[in-house]
Amino acid sequence: MSSLWQGEVVANTAVGPDIYHLRLRTALPGPRPGQFVHLRCGSSWDPLLRRPLSIHDYNPARQELELLYQVVGRGTAWLAGRRPGDFLDGLGPLGRGFTLPPGPRVALVAGGLGIAPLFFLARVAAAGGYQVTLYVGARSRDGLLRLETLQGLAVEVQRATDDGSAGFAGPVTSLLARHLEYKQYDGIFACGPRAMLAEVAKLAGQRGIPAEVSLEERMACGLGACRGCVVALYGEDGSIAYENVCSAGPVFPAEKIVW
Amino acid sequence: MVKPRMEVELAGLRLQNPVMPASGTFGFGEEYEGYLDLNSLGAIVTKSVTLEPTPGNPPPRVAETPAGLLNSIGLQNPGLEVFLREKMPFLRQLRPPVIVNIAGRTLEEYVELARRLDGVDGVAALEVNISCPNVKEGGLAFGSSPEQAARLIRAVRRVTTLPIIAKLSPNVTDVVAVAKGVEAAGADAVSLINTLQGMAVDLERRRPVLGNISGGLSGPAVKPVALYCVWRVAREVMIPVIGMGGIMTATDALEFLLAGARAVAVGTANLVNPRAMAEIIAGLEAYLLQHNIEDVNQIIGALEV
Repeated sequence: MSSLWQGEVVANTAVGPDIYHLRLRTALPGPRPGQFVHLRCGSSWDPLLRRPLSIHDYNPARQELELLYQVVGRGTAWLAGRRPGDFLDGLGPLGRGFTLPPGPRVALVAGGLGIAPLFFLARVAAAGGYQVTLYVGARSRDGLLRLETLQGLAVEVQRATDDGSAGFAGPVTSLLARHLEYKQYDGIFACGPRAMLAEVAKLAGQRGIPAEVSLEERMACGLGACRGCVVALYGEDGSIAYENVCSAGPVFPAEKIVW
Repeated sequence: MVKPRMEVELAGLRLQNPVMPASGTFGFGEEYEGYLDLNSLGAIVTKSVTLEPTPGNPPPRVAETPAGLLNSIGLQNPGLEVFLREKMPFLRQLRPPVIVNIAGRTLEEYVELARRLDGVDGVAALEVNISCPNVKEGGLAFGSSPEQAARLIRAVRRVTTLPIIAKLSPNVTDVVAVAKGVEAAGADAVSLINTLQGMAVDLERRRPVLGNISGGLSGPAVKPVALYCVWRVAREVMIPVIGMGGIMTATDALEFLLAGARAVAVGTANLVNPRAMAEIIAGLEAYLLQHNIEDVNQIIGALEV
């Protein structure tokens, strides 16, 4: 059962160019990696809609929700102005999260802000005994988000930057492709720009590795009612139908998506 | 002071209060079950049901505008058969009357939908969508002229004994003429307004934001337009009016009732706050109590001009 809540801002700090790390005190009923919360980003009707934000982490003992977001418009600009002690109106956790495979070796592939849900997945997978390799890509070194926190996780971190300022020089998917030549994975999980996800889907498909991707789409209700946030998916019989990102996703098996 | 009377009578239906969802913003009810007591609503209005399954429009389907929302869903729904088999069992065990919204591509499809819904257990009324701006065939094509609208309602009237609510568009030269047309054709009520046609542009990509290019505008941005349409129509027809368009709060709902709406529908607000209707119903009651108004009917159409 999903819920509506008021969460108190504990911290809301810049961690990259226009990127903020928000900590909120709120009791959530067992959020899972890949799920999201739907936040009001304003105190009036303008901006009107909630903003869906992936759960970056959740600590049940402290009842603390962590979110990572980029200021891209008026809603997130408002959010960046919230201070400790302010309260935010939230809905969730919503949607379907990632499903870890039976095998122990998993690759997580994050492009830019795609690290937001994959950090949570990496932590949970590592705690569950998985051998986790986390591929993080960005345009430049300062876009590799929360690196110091990542290094605190029991996961192998592989970095890639387009300009070569840190780690592998080139797209994170090229780094993944090289590693797939000799490394074995039982599952791949990705979040990032759509072109990157399509490339991950292709690489995983070629090697027969099950892959899941987390999608983003313009969203209204978040509850599966309005059918505003759909993505085209292949059905069992090869037919194509629109499914809600909010309720059927945001995480989907990569091979079901019509890229 | 005793609790104020909240019941209203509408097209032969007795509603425990005048608040219902606007079609398309509330799915088939079940999506909102965890957020508010569905049995506390005045009525339930379903998403549009079409004869065959409708895939809907390519994404993006929603775009936020200043205090507004553009959508181009395109009536995505599983079709009548699946609706009857999978959605009606849940809906019919609810206490409020269930109003099924129907949409067709042709007059014949509307007639077939009405014929097959007539006598279905748990269906209390039909809302005939002649105002959807997001489909190429049907929808607004029927709602934009008084003659076409009347012809359609007359045809539907012949095949059903259920109350008929005609849902009207503001994208017309004279909404009063359309309302009078459907009244003469046998509609038991009118509901208005459906969304206003609009578009949004993505400057970076030099493309429309919506996959369908245009969409329908709703939310607080359209409220003044909706209020004026409701006020004009309510003065000119004898049948009751369900008012909607940007109702977010009890204050908004009260304004529509004053302007002559017998009941109100809440749409975009449900997408922002899933408890919106519960809060609006509580707010209406609180207002009546505070102002010593014993019966909500006393404020309906009570606008002084």
